Amino acid sequence: MSGSFTYGRIARDGLWDNNGVLAMLLGMCPTMAMTTSATNGFGMGLATAVVMAASSLMVATFRNYITREVRIPVYILIVAANVTFVDLMMNAWMHELYKVLGLFIPLIVSNCLPLARLEAFAAKEPVLPSLMDGTFMGIGFTLSLTMIGAVREIVGSGTLFADASLLLGPAFKFLETQVLPEDMGVLLMILPPGGFLATGLLIVGKRLLDIRAGKGIQMAGAHSV
Amino acid sequence: MKLKEGTLTHALILGTFCLGFAVLLALTNLATSDAIAARAIEDRQASLGQVIPTAIHDNNPVLDTMALTDADGRELTVYRALKGGRVTGVAYEIFGTGYAGKIKLMLGVDTEGRALGVRVLAHKETPGLGDWIDTKKGDWILQFDGLSLGNPPIEKWKVKKDGGKFDQFSGATITPRGVVGAIREGLELFAANKTKLLETN
Repeated sequence: MSGSFTYGRIARDGLWDNNGVLAMLLGMCPTMAMTTSATNGFGMGLATAVVMAASSLMVATFRNYITREVRIPVYILIVAANVTFVDLMMNAWMHELYKVLGLFIPLIVSNCLPLARLEAFAAKEPVLPSLMDGTFMGIGFTLSLTMIGAVREIVGSGTLFADASLLLGPAFKFLETQVLPEDMGVLLMILPPGGFLATGLLIVGKRLLDIRAGKGIQMAGAHSV
Repeated sequence: MKLKEGTLTHALILGTFCLGFAVLLALTNLATSDAIAARAIEDRQASLGQVIPTAIHDNNPVLDTMALTDADGRELTVYRALKGGRVTGVAYEIFGTGYAGKIKLMLGVDTEGRALGVRVLAHKETPGLGDWIDTKKGDWILQFDGLSLGNPPIEKWKVKKDGGKFDQFSGATITPRGVVGAIREGLELFAANKTKLLETN
């Protein structure tokens, strides 16, 4: 499949067609656990995107030296090392952000989406397209998580982007809105069942849109590029 | 048995990657460890600052610590506030059992055994139900300022549902019960170790 990509295709795949959460259903663990609010989903997504971009870049750089037999341990090593780099550097130099995101970062190691993209794309393609793939897959992951978080937060707590200023800085205070009157939230949506409900409904929504666009349902998998 | 050449190559490749990344990680750790330690002290200072008023000390309580063993045999770090060489208050971490695991709190106590302040450091309670114990969400925890084991009387150091003095929140009893219990135990710990905690060396 080498050389069969265009950058537009890579971007479309990552953001919509082959979206990590909504099409491939990968990385469900952080998706369920971290989307109790739009801000949490966004933070988790962002940290994952950084790790994915860096890991794809490294794997593509060394792709001719990594033999088939040892590729999985090497990928895991690279993802785990990148997670630790991000964790240590954020703790030291971006401490305010770390206090909000710090909890999520070690969880990225257990996310199978980065590993899937390394195997499906970065292992075979040149450096720049791989970097693009990791970045756009990461952005797609961020958007999905933010959306799921937004649905759960609006229905569950009646707010949207609460505490966004803690994550992004005081300039983003305007994002914090009270959508429903206080105490109107349906607690179920904040609890684990809400994660499954919101994710399921959004997947249905994406497929309906795809059908309307005449594309039919693609049973996408990690292997399709 | 002769090792196949291929196996050796793979082992070498994997080994080289492990070594390379280990070195990179060690360097990153080296570059960040001082900053991370400094941030940890700042965080501690911020949380201590909420339970020990600045007016009562002229030292840095984060750096003036002593070890104490509590009734269960756990090692506790006690932060001491000193003014003019005399202990004016102490602070230490206390733990309560909430609905979803441990609740970690910081308790400040003055020399008379009165609570200077209590703050939640970490908890996993249900958002919207049990998280009112956090000052970011509610003022509930502030009611403990100035209270001691005799005020209210010891048998009233419970939530209302258990016949005590303190309000629970609607829909959540286990969380405040855990917090009230932790504070009571924290004050009892002070009473049991008062002389040791207040002596200056």
